[in-house]
Amino acid sequence: MSVLIFIDSSEGHVKKASLEAMSYGSAVAKQLNTTAEGVVLGSVTDDLAALGKYGVKKIHQVNNDSLNHFDSQVCTNVIAQVVQATGAKLIVFSNNVDGKAVAPRLSARLKAAIVSGAVALPDTSKGFVVKKNVFSGKAFANISLDTDVKIIALNPNAYKIEAGEGTAEIVPFNANVPSPKIKVTAVDKASGEVPLTEAEIVVSGGRGLKGPENWGIVEDLAHVLHAALACSRPVADAHWRPHNEHVGQTGIAIAPNLYIAIGISGAIQHLAGVNRSKTIVVINKDPEAPFFKAADYGIVGDAFEVVPKLTEAIKKLKS
Amino acid sequence: MKILVCISKTPDTTAKIAFRDNNTKFDTNGVQWIINPYDEWYSLVRAIELKEKDASTIIHLITVGLADTEPIIRKAFALGGDEAIRVNADSQDSFYIASQIAEVAKQNSYDLVFTGKETIDYNGSSVGGMTAELLDMPYVSLATKFELNGNKATVNREIEGGEEVCEVELPLVVSCAKGVAEQRIPNMRGIMAARTKPLKVVEPANVNALTSIQSFDLPPAKAGVKLVSPDNVEELVRLLHEEARVI
Repeated sequence: MSVLIFIDSSEGHVKKASLEAMSYGSAVAKQLNTTAEGVVLGSVTDDLAALGKYGVKKIHQVNNDSLNHFDSQVCTNVIAQVVQATGAKLIVFSNNVDGKAVAPRLSARLKAAIVSGAVALPDTSKGFVVKKNVFSGKAFANISLDTDVKIIALNPNAYKIEAGEGTAEIVPFNANVPSPKIKVTAVDKASGEVPLTEAEIVVSGGRGLKGPENWGIVEDLAHVLHAALACSRPVADAHWRPHNEHVGQTGIAIAPNLYIAIGISGAIQHLAGVNRSKTIVVINKDPEAPFFKAADYGIVGDAFEVVPKLTEAIKKLKS
Repeated sequence: MKILVCISKTPDTTAKIAFRDNNTKFDTNGVQWIINPYDEWYSLVRAIELKEKDASTIIHLITVGLADTEPIIRKAFALGGDEAIRVNADSQDSFYIASQIAEVAKQNSYDLVFTGKETIDYNGSSVGGMTAELLDMPYVSLATKFELNGNKATVNREIEGGEEVCEVELPLVVSCAKGVAEQRIPNMRGIMAARTKPLKVVEPANVNALTSIQSFDLPPAKAGVKLVSPDNVEELVRLLHEEARVI
């Protein structure tokens, strides 16, 4: 009857998105009067027992070398075995890159209803209804999960990490691990940078910056804020910035605490990717820029003057 | 080589999002319909590029939808594709759609099944993974690059803060994101050819949806922007620190 949370890791470390999933899963377990347990695949160097502070009582660990590289087919097979052994009725994933690959597979395998991109705790007053983002952030849908076993994939940055007290019991799980068909041959990852989807603060630049050579002021601001960098679509299309920084409807959708848009007019497709941000600041010299309508705070002014001043003011605050 | 490209009909990216019948149904009034951009720009175009390299490649398109999805299929045909299959059913949920696609795929033994990384209306990002599971095939999601060498695919996939390169043998299901291909505009020859390409209508397999939509909500309207003078950025920093508490 328990809630089972998939604890996703990368290079031996538990992802921040999984801390959110554990906090969320534990809260749902409380709501359902049951306990929260976790499942970890492969070897992890982080202290797993310490994850008990996010509310998981027990963590099932499947240690097998085949699981150190990601193959959604293998992961799904193994998680299904854990679900069967524990009798879990709800499985919680983060709707991150791995969750998006495994959660739907598990849904099809178990014929378990899924809501992907959940943004709130379930409403159990009539059935089991979960709110999710639809229309690329322009609306929400309340989805009823109509099967006995259910799956929720929680959007990153949609639920606050709640750390309390507690230690989790680590239980080795003996699974039958099929051999992966996917071979990972290379990983190209910017080390030390905050991944865009996990960042609490994002600083983003648009066409108003006039050219890639002017990105220094954006980078400086991002640096003092420990923020991730993003950009609008025209900027990525013009190759001023790499595609993996493109946020918007056809790029990456993000939901940071703070989104600072510099020289971005705020086309509806851009807003769709960023309007889940808790606070939006817009810096644009055009007072008619549509982005101001979606912003919490705004400065009508020249980015080349305002941004360096802002960076200095934040430095002063932090010192 | 046989490729199945899954396409979905979605509202145009600039469509006004509104609901009717007590917020239980999407208000389609005045909405322009397009092929889901991820399906069109990346999956379909990549499939066409593969056919351009190897003319023996056959591309089938599939959509689950009623007769009103046919204009979208013709539009896809104008870009490329040899045959289309429309499963004659109102799409209910991701599992329902994936089950219909898997049913058709089982009968035609495709080497590759392409989907977009998600649809821009329901943002489920689920149909590809579900279809792969139902077909017992490997699945690479959020692909940013796709290369084929004989029976072996080399696929780059998005991971947090970077990319991963993987190798896998066909058959395979891939969900395509930005980078896999570049958007194309159909030419006149394509548009003319689209009219006469074969579109087969099949009845749906008997499958139950696992979820149902209870209602929709629109996000609460913003309180309105607080403007700060460009000569007083300290005030913005104070507001972000003390009022919004985000720095």
